[in-house]
Amino acid sequence: MSWWPIVALAVGAYAFKAIGLLAFDARPPSPRALRALRLLPPALLGALIVVQTVADGEALTVDARLAGVGVAALVAVTWRRAPFLVVLVVAAAVTAAVRAVG
Amino acid sequence: MTAPHSPRPSYLRDGIVLGAAVGLFGVTFGVLAVAAGLTTLQACAMSVLVFTGASQFALVGVVGSGGSVAAALASSLLLASRNGIYGLALHPHLKGTVARRLLGAQFIIDESTAMALGQREHRHAEPAFWVAGLSVFVFWNLGTLAGAVGGNALGDPNQWGLDAAFPAGFIVLMRPHIARRSGQIAALAGALIALVSIPLLPAGAPIVMGALGAAAALVVVGDEPVSAEEPS
Repeated sequence: MSWWPIVALAVGAYAFKAIGLLAFDARPPSPRALRALRLLPPALLGALIVVQTVADGEALTVDARLAGVGVAALVAVTWRRAPFLVVLVVAAAVTAAVRAVG
Repeated sequence: MTAPHSPRPSYLRDGIVLGAAVGLFGVTFGVLAVAAGLTTLQACAMSVLVFTGASQFALVGVVGSGGSVAAALASSLLLASRNGIYGLALHPHLKGTVARRLLGAQFIIDESTAMALGQREHRHAEPAFWVAGLSVFVFWNLGTLAGAVGGNALGDPNQWGLDAAFPAGFIVLMRPHIARRSGQIAALAGALIALVSIPLLPAGAPIVMGALGAAAALVVVGDEPVSAEEPS
């Protein structure tokens, strides 16, 4: 493959990152935008969790991931101090088990 | 937020674990990249310079299956656009000189963003970002090199369910944000918008659209007073 798509993607990807991070330097957010920004983390995390659990490219899919993430979510909700690593391992183990069986 | 028994910050260990898990997907990327016709140098350069996994897989995947480079580039850039929204969300946390933040920008990815935003205490957000970002960077690049040079001795990381470990981890990182009603609504709205967007929009766009969940929550909750308890 030629180098140009690699360089173009590198430049484009970095531009998105840097522009997002520095955008408010040039123009500080309005109070209303600031309130929306405070709610951006849960909105983004919610979207990210859904996409990584049920998306397969541009298709919605129900597969072993849903079982793993579902059980991990139960653990995270019922055991409020459940360590990060434990929840990760539970999700991976359940997903792997369902895949091995299915 | 200072909880009565605030847990010891675990971002160091968590960031390293997350990086190691991502590194296994780096091996997969290295293997696929070389199979798609990239040289080892190109595969490694991509992981250093592009450093956003989904976009890298998209470019290599389409090119490897004989698709047009222009189309592949467009979808890769669309996938990368979510990092711009992450940048907005990280703005309150990444401080310092412009040079320092321009360096930090390269490490804005799913994992470093989620780790930074998932800290219960504001002062932990920035170190959590750097630990996760650098850890993923190191492991992702070592993995890419190993995969490109040595092939895949590990098999598919998905057979161990590792693909489900990431969203599960992000559930843990979301916990401090859903203590309040506004956060719950934002999370739910973001998740629903993404869910509806998945079959309708190209890959990458659903997360960007999910950001609108923040605006939706603002409309529903109204101008809920901002308290000092806010985790971010």
